[in-house]
Amino acid sequence: MDEMDQLRKEADSIKDQITAARKAGQDTSLQEAVAGITVVGRVQLKTRKTLRGHLAKIYAMHWGTDTTLCVSASQDGKLIVWDSISTNKVNAIPLKSSWVMTCAYAPSGNLVACGGLDNMCSIYNLKGKDGNVKVMRELAAHTGYLSCCRFLSDSEIITSSGDCTCVLWDIETGTQKTVFAGHQGDCMSLAVSPDFKFFISGACDFTAKLWDIREDACRQTFSGHESDINAIGFFPNGNAVITGSDDATCKLYDLRADQELITYQDSSIMCGVTSLAPSLSGRLILAGHDDFNVNIWDTLKAERVGVLAGHDNRVSCIGVSTDGMACCTGSWDSFLKIWN
Amino acid sequence: MTINTLAKGGWHRDQMACFRKMEKVIVAMQDPDMGMKMRNQRLLITVIPHAMTGRDVIDWLIHKYNISEEESYHLGGMLVRYGYIYPLKEPRSLVLRADETPYRFQTPYFWTSTRWPATELDYAIYLAKKNIRKQGELMEYEKERYSVLHKRINHTWDFVVMQAREQLRASKQRRKADRIVLECQEQSYWLINRPPPGTHNILDIGLERPNDYSTRVILNSDYYKSEIEFCRRALGRNRIKSSICLEGFVKYSEQYQTHDPIMQGCLPSNPWISDDPAHWSMNAGMVQTPTRLRVERWSFSFMELLNDAMGRREFMTYLEKEFSAENLCFWQACEDIRHGESSRIIEKVEEVYKNFLAPGAARWVNIDSKTMDKTMHGIRHPHRFVMDDAQMHIYFLMKKDSFPRYLKSDLYKNMLAKAIVPQETKKSVFPFMRRQRHSSPSPAQAVTQTSEKDGAKEAGRAGTDSTAGSNV
Repeated sequence: MDEMDQLRKEADSIKDQITAARKAGQDTSLQEAVAGITVVGRVQLKTRKTLRGHLAKIYAMHWGTDTTLCVSASQDGKLIVWDSISTNKVNAIPLKSSWVMTCAYAPSGNLVACGGLDNMCSIYNLKGKDGNVKVMRELAAHTGYLSCCRFLSDSEIITSSGDCTCVLWDIETGTQKTVFAGHQGDCMSLAVSPDFKFFISGACDFTAKLWDIREDACRQTFSGHESDINAIGFFPNGNAVITGSDDATCKLYDLRADQELITYQDSSIMCGVTSLAPSLSGRLILAGHDDFNVNIWDTLKAERVGVLAGHDNRVSCIGVSTDGMACCTGSWDSFLKIWN
Repeated sequence: MTINTLAKGGWHRDQMACFRKMEKVIVAMQDPDMGMKMRNQRLLITVIPHAMTGRDVIDWLIHKYNISEEESYHLGGMLVRYGYIYPLKEPRSLVLRADETPYRFQTPYFWTSTRWPATELDYAIYLAKKNIRKQGELMEYEKERYSVLHKRINHTWDFVVMQAREQLRASKQRRKADRIVLECQEQSYWLINRPPPGTHNILDIGLERPNDYSTRVILNSDYYKSEIEFCRRALGRNRIKSSICLEGFVKYSEQYQTHDPIMQGCLPSNPWISDDPAHWSMNAGMVQTPTRLRVERWSFSFMELLNDAMGRREFMTYLEKEFSAENLCFWQACEDIRHGESSRIIEKVEEVYKNFLAPGAARWVNIDSKTMDKTMHGIRHPHRFVMDDAQMHIYFLMKKDSFPRYLKSDLYKNMLAKAIVPQETKKSVFPFMRRQRHSSPSPAQAVTQTSEKDGAKEAGRAGTDSTAGSNV
């Protein structure tokens, strides 16, 4: 036990030095740095479309790349691909397990994936030969629930799980390529960098980790949150990570400065953040909360500039389309709403 | 029904953060100096002290947090939904009304967080008391639950009934006003912790997430040794000053502002509002003439140019003129290896070697010897990332050399000159109805506003748009 204590003390002391080094890098306060820019005016988005069709809580949604199609997953055991402009259902895929917690759309538009309490990531081929949507692969190796998944291409997918690990899979062979272990709590969400070389994961150990996909290594760890991190995303230029947590705050961590630079919080916001998405320019952050609302933040000024109120239950997922045109929110009230 | 103690611990943490915050607000509301003014409320013939109206609650929140009426209403509504404030007149309607409706603070004894989680035993005792008091006239759903509980915890039923009788006896000895208050408080507690069927269950936290820590990293000495290693390396890393980083974000947001439709609207119109997909057809993959915004975006960064198929095509044309097109071809081939099917990696790597790297290759690319050696070594055992270093080298070559020259070239300049700036569609059915076409000022207005001489009409429209702030 003595050796362990010594090692732990040593690790802690180096961590303290890191904290000091980070502080030294803070040569300016946020207020000073952004003093020259004015706050964004009040942002008022309206619901343009409501996607009705799910019969139970919606847990996740994901936009396709460069398209108006999006996929959503609900506890009614269905994965629905919507054409958000016409509100038509392009596909309604019945799932083997209705306890689904996440879904993803491949950049190519050919595949969708989902998973949840079945501990598996199921890949569906939307462009099958006979027109039917079938399970293409079932990626099973996690010992915990699947909290999030994101495609790198039609050949690779990254998943995060309640077993505290993230895994890179080869879809063709259905095998694990790399296991990213290091988190001390359930991994709740992940996001892939714009250049597809890194990904970040947020977990119930209150930290976010940046992983190098190729090198199978954790490059950086960010802490500061006081509760589980439920949502995570990259700032559009790939230089920063934005996290949303049960402590009702969002934080921006800069990768090059290796530290937290901005916190988005307000004493009147008490319910945890479930999901977040930056706007195309990164100037706005849209965060979905447990209190049924979405809060819109001016990223640089750290001020709240808008609220989207329209759901009758928790907002569980949010996404901004790749062309930045529309924001889609999904809720436990079983509806998806498109706002802009 | 999965009952997992660890998951239960998870519940605790999840809800607690939220509860603690709300409790702070509640305590502040009851502060003798800065809190709310309480009054007496009449309920039939009894007078209940220390009550407030819904209007009071909203006004206090507006004042305390400096928020709008709407947000205050929402926040106050949350406090009611979670049971910290309960309505006196219609106890089953857990909504905050912005009028003279009377409300009261829930006593901390009955806060959800205090008695977490509500137990079956307590619920049974509560229903038993109610049953006795109302001589069997419970609500339908309460009757059902009562009989279910009776079956489930039948072994302690004597205790349940005894407790119920005892509590009823004790309450009879209280003043009527106190008794009513206690009954209201208790009822409110159970409306939240055991909501009637069909009503919203505010305490619903969704799926129980079972925990399995078998694959979690174990905190043994090996772990700490690698932690120390990791931290040492992290300590030595180069950290860029926060001022530079923040400036970077400011610049990026400014540069992309006109490209962000949520910030600046989009031309010719927002398809979700106008039902006109012109915006997309104008920006489709390979149109005859691209829009100006699109061509401008190619100059923001090399990646932007490469990410746009049309941009890549234009760049390729330029490189062909410069006799360095093989660089872009090589880069594209490497991308194909990185993101393509695993089964074809070996075959693709061989192709790339033959076409681009082998001595005397048809489209030989110029890579430094160190990278070439490393790549050659890697090719013996090809994998997805084997071409990474070589690809990076060529990427930077193009980025530093060809890309800046392309932006200065006539090819690019001509493209920019003939690029379209879409006209904003004017679509008004009735002349008096001004449909809010954008959520924020349209870039068309930004352009016309800078030219002050003309565009009085446009300026007029700008005025309408910015003031037509109808709520969400």
